[in-house]
Amino acid sequence: MTDLLVSSSLTAVWSAMGVYTLAFIMFTLDLAKRSAWAQQTPAAVTASASPRGQLAGATATIDRVNTDTAQKPLSLKFERIAFALTVLGWLVHTAAVVMRGIAQGYVPWSNMFEFSLTASAIIVGVFIAVQVWQNLRFLGSLITGFALIALGLATVNFYVDVKPLPPALQSSWLVIHVFVAVLGTSFFALGAGLSVVQLMQARAAAAKGAGLKFLQTLPGADVLENLAYRVVVVGFVFWTFTLIAGAIWAERAWGRYWGWDTKEVWTFIIWTIFAGYLHARATRGWRGSRSAWLAIIGFGAVLFNFTVVNLFFKGLHAYSGL
Amino acid sequence: MRTALFLLLLLAIAAVPGSLVPQRSSDPNGVQQYFANNPDLAPVLDSLQAFDVYTSAWFSAIYLLLFISLIGCVVPRTAHHYRALRSAPPKTPARLSRLAGFTTVWAPGVSATEAVESARGILKKSGYRVRLFESPRGDLSVSAERGYLRETGNLVFHTALVGVLVSVGIGGSFGYSGQKVIVEGDSFANVLLSYESFLPGRFFDESVLQPYRLTLDEFEAVYEQENPAARGQPVDYTASVTTYAPGSEAGTGAEIKVNDPLRLGGNDIFLLGNGYAPIITVRDGEGNVAFSDAVPFLPQDGNLTSIGVVKVPDALPEQIGMIGFLYPTQATLTTGALTSNYPDLLNPVLSLQVFTGDLGLDGGIPRSVYSLDTDGMTEVAGRTADAPPIQLTPGETIELPDGIGSVTFENAAPDAPADDLTGSVPRFVSLDIHRDPSQGWVLVFAILVLAGLLTSLFIPRRRVWVKAINDEDADGVRLEYAGLARGEDPTLDRAVREIADRHSQQLGIRLTT
Repeated sequence: MTDLLVSSSLTAVWSAMGVYTLAFIMFTLDLAKRSAWAQQTPAAVTASASPRGQLAGATATIDRVNTDTAQKPLSLKFERIAFALTVLGWLVHTAAVVMRGIAQGYVPWSNMFEFSLTASAIIVGVFIAVQVWQNLRFLGSLITGFALIALGLATVNFYVDVKPLPPALQSSWLVIHVFVAVLGTSFFALGAGLSVVQLMQARAAAAKGAGLKFLQTLPGADVLENLAYRVVVVGFVFWTFTLIAGAIWAERAWGRYWGWDTKEVWTFIIWTIFAGYLHARATRGWRGSRSAWLAIIGFGAVLFNFTVVNLFFKGLHAYSGL
Repeated sequence: MRTALFLLLLLAIAAVPGSLVPQRSSDPNGVQQYFANNPDLAPVLDSLQAFDVYTSAWFSAIYLLLFISLIGCVVPRTAHHYRALRSAPPKTPARLSRLAGFTTVWAPGVSATEAVESARGILKKSGYRVRLFESPRGDLSVSAERGYLRETGNLVFHTALVGVLVSVGIGGSFGYSGQKVIVEGDSFANVLLSYESFLPGRFFDESVLQPYRLTLDEFEAVYEQENPAARGQPVDYTASVTTYAPGSEAGTGAEIKVNDPLRLGGNDIFLLGNGYAPIITVRDGEGNVAFSDAVPFLPQDGNLTSIGVVKVPDALPEQIGMIGFLYPTQATLTTGALTSNYPDLLNPVLSLQVFTGDLGLDGGIPRSVYSLDTDGMTEVAGRTADAPPIQLTPGETIELPDGIGSVTFENAAPDAPADDLTGSVPRFVSLDIHRDPSQGWVLVFAILVLAGLLTSLFIPRRRVWVKAINDEDADGVRLEYAGLARGEDPTLDRAVREIADRHSQQLGIRLTT
């Protein structure tokens, strides 16, 4: 039974990767279509907001980030297919996570393979969920691309068989601490994605539209910056909780709540970078591109903490399973 | 803000070296290793305090400056916020059209008083603090402000960070941590001398040690047996102990597990490590028992291949020293070297290199019990000696070369069936024993940090104005709405519009000009 679940889980991972690949292609085609469309009617697209007179006669009010611009007729088809594929891929991906969890009888995030598997599922899940709040589908190619790379690395380089949970991890904090860390990571990932597009937008604006054409169909740098801020703030709260929960667990498992273990050091560094990001937003001259860079560097540090620190640094968080 | 930002980024960068170079606080052996591997570089790094980054002068300087700038920022802000909390919203600006979310609506057949009263009700119900104004021209307006809790949360967050720092400092000064290795059957009394290593805080006072006793009755390790991918991986560790309150003979049973420490006598006792402690008896050349004890062997790998040292200073005519390898389940590699392929005692073998000569114990220099200085000694059995290393199974005795004596690997469970050796070698546990009087405070402040963060990030602080301007030519008023963000407020425009919407509805204005 266990073997069947494990192999089905792996099959599901490969299938999800296949579907994500198609979604990635579709999202990219969508961007290409947007470029073409932007070239045909450049003037109309650049209007960054549309009056949507709930209060007629009122001054034009800026609506929730121009959801309208993302629904231009030509690109709509590809985007729709791409998003549907992403949801399908995510369902298969989630099935893989659940089967892995059932097969081993505990949460599927106790080693690097499982962490990558689950974290990428949650990142895609958060991406799908935020669409209810804001239309951020233009990040689709970034997110599906990221999930593809994460899954590919996980299955090819980090794969380990189902094993019993070592005594050090037998704690309910494994469920809470690690899960919230994954949630934080996914919001930071979205924030970094938005910041990347924000920087591209800022460059395109500086070059007076000489940049990539599809950018003209996306929200402006200011709007993206605000969105990135709102996403990163959520990630920052999760990260703060991860730090505190980790300290409580460390006190129970290792007898001290803080010991400058390499993983603790990097969690602290990431926290400090994002604290810097929040301060940068309130500092003259640091809003805009500079704070965007901080959000990207912060997410870079998260990735560094997960990959390089896990694999090459000596420390107590030696749970890569490799 | 610029200072805080600069110091935060500097702090992030300054923390990096501590993850690249081993630290004395978390990895003292790694530091020794680093010195051995990089004899030229290590002293240079050491002079830069690179092995004690987090207590170094430069790292401390950065975070202390950060906290000074934090306090210098929080104190005046607290005073300012205290005044703001006690004062009413400020006067309505003359021109609202430049402010965020500016909206105007024409309200026919509505009087200014009626409009302003209704706006006041709506704003008050939404948690705004409100105040009415009349401009010199006679226009009525409501000035409203909400979200004072945002600033309160922000101040709580920053103050709680200071609280965390202070309580960490106090805990480190008055607390202590110590390590103790206990073999099954042995006891530990909580007095300073019984600790193997002990790290007191600056203001540690020995009188805080409560002289309780603790006996390790049994240590049980469960290993995976079924799953071929994880055979031998530990599944569970349980240390069963009996504790005795100071001066009491009545013991209480308790368990210590890896994620489940024992709280006893003001201490937290953690199960951090375990291994085997084979009982070794050495008789000297004259047949006297010169040594007989359980010797903790330090595990080297997952299958518990363990290394230990036996020192027999009382052996005659010469002192004897031995370096031993214990293989709990002995197997042979293709190279002929011995190894262990399972952590439990299925086929235990003890291999000893034997030295004679001066153990160097009389020089008054402290020596580790886990290492043997063989400089002044001669190898009599081992790789460089004529005789090969001695190999023993439980219960076996072997004569040492040259008639210098004999060694016995005692079977701790001699009555067990011959094919069951699982009880033949006692186990030891290494316990970490801590006292940290301030960690409860650290937790309280950490929770305040989180609570302050949540309120300061998610409660919007904003001012909203509603102005009713009389129109002399027509029967009605022109309503103006606008807002001002105080701090980050990405939803301000929407909030102003919603207030305008609700106001219009309440006044019964149709949403057309």
